[in-house]
Amino acid sequence: MVVAEVRIELKEGVSDPEGANTQKALELLGFSGIERVRSVKAFEITLSESVGDQKEAVEEMCRRLLANPVIHRYSIEFK
Amino acid sequence: MKREEIRICVLRIEGTNCEQETFDSFNRLGASPEIVHLKQLTGKSSENRKRDLLDYQMLMIPGGFSSGDYVRAGAIFAARIKSALEDQLRSFVERGSPVLGICNGFQVLVETGLLPGIDEIMSPVPRAVLGTNDSNRFECRPTYLVNENEGRCLFTALLPKKKVVMFPSAHAEGKLMFPSDEEEKIVSLLDDEDMVVFRYTDSIGNYADYPWCPNGSVDGIAGICNSIGNVLGLMPHPERAFFNFLSPEWTRRGGPNEFGDGWAIFESAIQYIEKKW
Repeated sequence: MVVAEVRIELKEGVSDPEGANTQKALELLGFSGIERVRSVKAFEITLSESVGDQKEAVEEMCRRLLANPVIHRYSIEFK
Repeated sequence: MKREEIRICVLRIEGTNCEQETFDSFNRLGASPEIVHLKQLTGKSSENRKRDLLDYQMLMIPGGFSSGDYVRAGAIFAARIKSALEDQLRSFVERGSPVLGICNGFQVLVETGLLPGIDEIMSPVPRAVLGTNDSNRFECRPTYLVNENEGRCLFTALLPKKKVVMFPSAHAEGKLMFPSDEEEKIVSLLDDEDMVVFRYTDSIGNYADYPWCPNGSVDGIAGICNSIGNVLGLMPHPERAFFNFLSPEWTRRGGPNEFGDGWAIFESAIQYIEKKW
């Protein structure tokens, strides 16, 4: 078994209402000094050892479903 | 082709909604709609329920929250359609059959790559996205739209140019975006090619930002069609404005059972099919 951690984040310059709103909520709770909050989505994908090229398989998953290249970039880390 | 012979596939999976309203709209116009589960088209259903996309004259992808909007709005529905039906869908669009995506359906059409469809039927990866509203909220209210189309889009044939209509919006991810470095270029191309169909306006038809435009969409765009004009995606819901009684202003607009603003979209598609085949 191998675990791939896929991180989907917004490209620089794409607006992030969820992050901005979270920042506002945190500030309303009294937290100060927050410079920026960015929302990030993560998936943990467990693959069986029988999958040949695991990196390619996970990249294909990102291309076909997990990320939209218009606004997202993704990174994959194997644990 | 006779009206009652026009078969319309109203496609559903888990989490779609408004398929009944859409079905009712086409039914009221005398066509033959059918609510079809995606499994029926991909051959994963019992023999007597199997259907073939190419037997229909029109494909309608309704609103809702398909597959819980997990991953991204419309992404799972789109990936499932594309993995099983890509070739059929391509032929369907190529032969000129109308495809309409409302709300979640618009998100699905963008994720499949059928929209914007500038110089190709279907792009291998999405060329646009419907992202989270600038307000980061689910925006749900009647919205005003102006018909921007000059004739490319078959769905607005019966709607006078520059006419302002009121369709309800109900979405959290309706902000149309293109790759940021090309956004301006793409929008002006869409305008030049007559592929912008609706823009959000205020109640008297002036372009307007939030709250008139509920999502912060680029250049206030609410709906676009492909370069052939037979694939339309829009965020607001014409099927929720099909009858006059559905409008909050119906007492000022004639009888409750008269047709409302949304009628023109459905009737235009039906008339197009009647003439074409």
